[in-house]
Amino acid sequence: MSKMLELKNIDTYYGNIQALYNVSLHINHGEIITLIGGNGAGKSTTLMTICGVLSPRNGSVVYEELDITGMKAEKVVSRGICQVPEGRLIFPELSISENLDMGAFLRKDKDGIKHDRNYAYELFPILYERRKQMGGNLSGGEQQMLAIARALMARPRLLLLDEPSMGLAPLIVKQIFEIITKINKESGTTIFLVEQNANLALKIGHRGYVMENGKIVMTDTCDTLLANEDVKRAYLGL
Amino acid sequence: MNSRGQAAACPLIVYGNRIGTLMEYFLELFFGGLTRGSIYALIALGYTMVYGIIELINFAHGEIYMIGAFTGLIVAGVLGALGFPGFAILVLAVIVAVIYSAAYGFTIEKIAYKPLRGAPRLSPLISAIGMSIFLQNYVMLAQTSDFLPFPSLIPEFKIPGLTGIITSSEVVIVAVTVVVCVALTLFIKYGKLGKAMRATAQNRKMAQLVGISVNTVISATFVIGSSLAAVGGVLIASHIGQINYYIGFIAGIKAFTAAVLGGIGSIPGAMLGALILGLTEAFATGYVSSDYEDVFAFALLVLILIFRPAGIMGKQPTQKV
Repeated sequence: MSKMLELKNIDTYYGNIQALYNVSLHINHGEIITLIGGNGAGKSTTLMTICGVLSPRNGSVVYEELDITGMKAEKVVSRGICQVPEGRLIFPELSISENLDMGAFLRKDKDGIKHDRNYAYELFPILYERRKQMGGNLSGGEQQMLAIARALMARPRLLLLDEPSMGLAPLIVKQIFEIITKINKESGTTIFLVEQNANLALKIGHRGYVMENGKIVMTDTCDTLLANEDVKRAYLGL
Repeated sequence: MNSRGQAAACPLIVYGNRIGTLMEYFLELFFGGLTRGSIYALIALGYTMVYGIIELINFAHGEIYMIGAFTGLIVAGVLGALGFPGFAILVLAVIVAVIYSAAYGFTIEKIAYKPLRGAPRLSPLISAIGMSIFLQNYVMLAQTSDFLPFPSLIPEFKIPGLTGIITSSEVVIVAVTVVVCVALTLFIKYGKLGKAMRATAQNRKMAQLVGISVNTVISATFVIGSSLAAVGGVLIASHIGQINYYIGFIAGIKAFTAAVLGGIGSIPGAMLGALILGLTEAFATGYVSSDYEDVFAFALLVLILIFRPAGIMGKQPTQKV
């Protein structure tokens, strides 16, 4: 397996407050990588740094052998990295179908967009039923589905998911995680999954990273992490 | 007794320099109000669009309108001297004014607001007021502080049945505004950039994450808003017949009021607010006294804001649970 994305010694700051300390990690083509950690560990900051919304003060982000450190967010998206952010961030006053259009904002291939829209509706039939409704009127679970569908509309090669389970009923979470696995298997999309629900995330992931206070403190295959005593105690509540 | 009966059946009143029925007077006020409302709408759209995207009240927007009017005057002067026909002058004056004002709007955003994007909200507001004062004084020094006569660019034509009640320039102003408002609404609803603008207004961070260049969207907002103000500037200057460096201030405040009345940030709100404000002013002037024009306008604003604090079509703040 070849490296798709690599973070090398990243330090990211909010103003003068350092949020990430010397973070290094890599993602191979076709993998599902999970990043687990508590509140404020720096998981979302890591994703925002990859996406170009935040620029790291030190270190570099290399994607497909190209240094994308400090690249503008819209350029990063055009290279195939797409994020489903924490809290979903649905456009509340755009209809569901318009939300999907926005996902494909940078694409010009009309037929491809149409195809992907149908694929998204196939994955999430509820979105098709409600396609004319405003995004803000959806339930939390439906919004999460819409957020994932919108990201897929960009036809990403690397999909970043930030806490897709947040605030959702267990049954919906299960459904969403099944779809994440399906996306990875069917279209070979590489997935970087950030989760507080460590148990679920480690079950669908291939390799995992554990983050604490802005630092990567542990990395291994997900199976090994699931069996690790420290991980069990801190994140699995066992 | 007899004369009273006659008066009730066919009341004739004297207004301006003519005599007409109450109905004719009402219609004249109504069309005057529509015209005012149209101009307010053209300016208010710029306020509301900019506010919708970056939550800034662009106090320099009235000056953009004034610069549009001045550009129109210069173009009209040059083309008039070259012997162009009236209608061609009007079209060219509007086009050049739009280009000029758009360039000013674009540049103002880059110079005065963009560097302050991460700053506390008060900073760009002060910067906007500073820009407004700067532009007024710049035009005063570069041109003059006196009122300048503005040629009547809108050709005269007769409106069957309404002669003397509505003038041709009022018809043109209202018609142009309607066309512009419909075009803008369609653009915002279906255009790719229009959708990107709505998305950016609703969630700037997510807009970035789907690949929208937020800087481009903000610039486009300023360019569109400024263009609309320039159209309004040339048309109203030609209607009223004179301009000076200060016209942007009053028109700007009124249009801003209209935007707040309709719900700042809402495009249909700005159109509706402008219409209501224009009509209120016209009827207050006509039926009460022109001294009370502003009193009625702002009393209406206060009244509406008491019952709908976010404006008529503004989003009423909802409690998050």
